Amino acid sequence: MNNKSKLDNILVPVFSVILGLLLGALIMLVFGYNPVAGYQAMVQGAFGSSFYIGETLRQATPLIFTALGFSVAYTAGFFNIGVAGQALLGWLFSVWFALSFPEIPGIILLFISLIVGALAGALWAGIAGFLRAYFNTSEVIVTIMLNYTALYTANYLIRNVLSESSDTTARIPEGASLRWAWLSDLTSNSTLHGGIFLALIMAVVVWIFMKKTTAGFEIRAVGLNPFASKYAGMSTKRNIIISMLISGSLAGLGGAMEGMGTFQNIFVQGGIPSIGFDGIAVALLGLGNPVGILFSALLFGALKIGGNSMPLVADVPTEVVDIVIASIIFFVGANYLIRMVVDKRAKLNKGGVK
Amino acid sequence: MSETNFVIEMKGITKEFGTFKANDNINLQLKKGEIHALLGENGAGKSTLMNILSGLLEPTSGKILIDGKEVTINSPGMANKLGIGMVHQHFMLVKKFTVTENIILGSEPNKAGVLDQKTAQQSIKELSEKYGLLVNPASKIESISVGMEQRVEILKTLYRGAEILIFDEPTAVLTPQEINELMQIMKALTNEGKSIILITHKLDEIKEVADRCTVIRRGKSIDTVNVSTTSQQELADMMVGRSVSFKTEKKEAYPKEVVLSVENIVVKEGRGLEAVKSLSLEVRAGEILGIAGIDGNGQSELIQAITGLTKTESGKIKLNGKEIQNNTPRNITENGLGHIPEDRHKYGLILPMSLEENIAIQTYYKKPLSNKGFLNPKEIKEYAKKLIEEFDVRTQSETVPASALSGGNQQKAIIAREIDRNPSLLIAAQPTRGLDVGAIEYIHKRLIEQRDNGKAVLLMSFELDEILNVSDRIAVMYEGNIVAIVEPKETTQQELGLLMAGSSLEKARAAVEKELGKEPTHVE
Ligand SMILES: Nc1ncnc2c1ncn2[C@@H]1O[C@H](COP(=O)(O)OP(=O)(O)OP(=O)(O)O)[C@@H](O)[C@H]1O
Ligand SMILES: [Mg+2]
Repeated sequence: MNNKSKLDNILVPVFSVILGLLLGALIMLVFGYNPVAGYQAMVQGAFGSSFYIGETLRQATPLIFTALGFSVAYTAGFFNIGVAGQALLGWLFSVWFALSFPEIPGIILLFISLIVGALAGALWAGIAGFLRAYFNTSEVIVTIMLNYTALYTANYLIRNVLSESSDTTARIPEGASLRWAWLSDLTSNSTLHGGIFLALIMAVVVWIFMKKTTAGFEIRAVGLNPFASKYAGMSTKRNIIISMLISGSLAGLGGAMEGMGTFQNIFVQGGIPSIGFDGIAVALLGLGNPVGILFSALLFGALKIGGNSMPLVADVPTEVVDIVIASIIFFVGANYLIRMVVDKRAKLNKGGVK
Repeated sequence: MSETNFVIEMKGITKEFGTFKANDNINLQLKKGEIHALLGENGAGKSTLMNILSGLLEPTSGKILIDGKEVTINSPGMANKLGIGMVHQHFMLVKKFTVTENIILGSEPNKAGVLDQKTAQQSIKELSEKYGLLVNPASKIESISVGMEQRVEILKTLYRGAEILIFDEPTAVLTPQEINELMQIMKALTNEGKSIILITHKLDEIKEVADRCTVIRRGKSIDTVNVSTTSQQELADMMVGRSVSFKTEKKEAYPKEVVLSVENIVVKEGRGLEAVKSLSLEVRAGEILGIAGIDGNGQSELIQAITGLTKTESGKIKLNGKEIQNNTPRNITENGLGHIPEDRHKYGLILPMSLEENIAIQTYYKKPLSNKGFLNPKEIKEYAKKLIEEFDVRTQSETVPASALSGGNQQKAIIAREIDRNPSLLIAAQPTRGLDVGAIEYIHKRLIEQRDNGKAVLLMSFELDEILNVSDRIAVMYEGNIVAIVEPKETTQQELGLLMAGSSLEKARAAVEKELGKEPTHVE
């Protein structure tokens, strides 16, 4: 029985990705484009050369963080929609710190900036956690609102404090950058940066934390049955807040990846950063499991980066590419539906009076 | 119908979970209009068999015949169509909906797509009058009693046209009064030609209503017997495969120092009404204090307050001399409390977690199960295996989710976890609910053993037999207060029944003696 459900855990996500790809193909066909050429261009554009592989990995990096963050809160039973806002603040504050203390030696500055980013994210998520624990307010609504507060606060600070009414800040000091020359060299000057290693490390750390520590055990227990957890002497309030703090700090680190790695600065945002919601989708597709998250983040990175090549190589317009990607994400969201279908699979044989 | 008058025949049913055979070549024949009891130890495979009949599980092999025709039941919907309805032990009702809404849910009558509540209410009314299933169709589920909820479940199956009703341990959650009513309802149902399969661990219930009884042991059908010609002892022995004793052997109690003292506590229930009203009691080391009472008289709230799960408005609770009112459950546990909770699915277990994790849930943060914040999976496994062995928890392995255990074995796992910590006060709320006679015998022995080891035991139960058999003193609760404390030797079921209904000790004694036509004996 255990083996069967383990198999399903792999089968269901793979199945939803395949369905998404099929729907994407259908859409391309309807609009008169060749889906085979389209997907070929996508795969080439995602994994076709060391440059593309570098870009895909770079795209996946922040998603791993936001997805891990989302999954920790989710395990404890909370839907942290706010990973986007927490990531944005992590990005903002890591850059801000790096810009404010250029005199600190490079690697130390990088290290502290990342911590500042994580703390900013933790604080933002902690607000929602605190309100939920002590006033029982819905974390969904609070974090959605905090996303907007984060967006407008960040934009205001970028324009008025971090720059002189410009839309972007200065670049962070060279030494604090995660862009390491050897990585760029290895991947023909892609924007791949050292954050990918940190992402892999965090995936392992989160896995160990959730599975091997007493604190992780409590978070899982509270998420599965808060009443029994209370009976067993665990504090639900404490666990809500702890899980939200961890969730937010991971999201904040995800944002810091953009600041310390990909962009080396921060600029005025047109909307809530997509790494938040994409991270939620990654976590759901990966079923909250760190290994699953690594794979699904890679898939999302590949879709985005590979999708860039589709208009150039296969003449599929960007809009259609977006629809294709959206349909894949849609099926990821419909994961639970598919899960139900797979569960019923065994029951589909004929019934009734023979 | 053919020469046989069996409405259902299950032939050679086998159900495997992995390599484990929960049902092994079981045969069961249900006659039209009979009440057929299904008896077996915890984990014998009764629920599994009935889940197969009601379309929740598919058998690995075997045949099911309805009215002599072979059928495949692969969904609850299909079972419905074939006239089979199951009343589960854990009700599946929508709390915010009314009785009517719950009954029609899923098969709503409609006029041109518009919900036709009138017709529905009419047919529900007819059904409930026909079978004596009195309910208030307009009440919300959240405001009615457990007994009422069960009636709603029964009406639901009848509304869907069930001819065959399956009851899985229907009386485990009911008060004695409600049990009597249910028995009447079942008789009314069979009088109208319905056929009933009844799973129960209570032999007196089988004797009272059942016509025949099929006994299952470890997945195999042992025999089907006529109830009228078989004694309770015979049934029990057949089920367990050895001779069981009903009366718990117990030495004199030697109560020592006070372990738990409750002084004038007031506890409010969910809606803010006082459920426990200035109640005081003491439990001493080396004694078992039984709390008797009809469900809903504040017993649950009292226990929740002592164990720190709910707030105490005023008054003092002392455990081992330390005030613990409004302390956290962890604090109270560390101060020497073991607690077998009344609702094992809500409080006792985390069903999706593995059995080993559930066994570790009270001690995971201590050595040797963990060290400096890191769990020690090997120790957890060892510990779980030890308890499973010691307390005879029947399970495939310690890694299956707690939900895969039969109801009785889930309870054994909880009891193992709580007793093994060797608490100075053990609170056992309904500890044998849903357990087979063998397991009950075992649990009672364990409770008495705790007492003999100089521990204090507080036993809350709705079963008067259990209270009378196991307790050294009995406190009767009525409307949030203790109305009398009696000794089992000098009281009777009737007297307790009267006390539980609110009469005073003198009146109860007088009434019982009048009935027996005896000279009044002296009240201590
Ligand atoms: N989904 C499952 N996976 C694995 N094992 C299972 C599953 N469901 C039941 N079992 C096992 O099958 C056996 C029979 O369980 P079942 O629930 O039918 O017992 P039961 O006779 O109803 O017992 P009880 O009186 O305690 O309710 C048990 O040992 C149980 O652990
Ligand atoms: Mg059962």
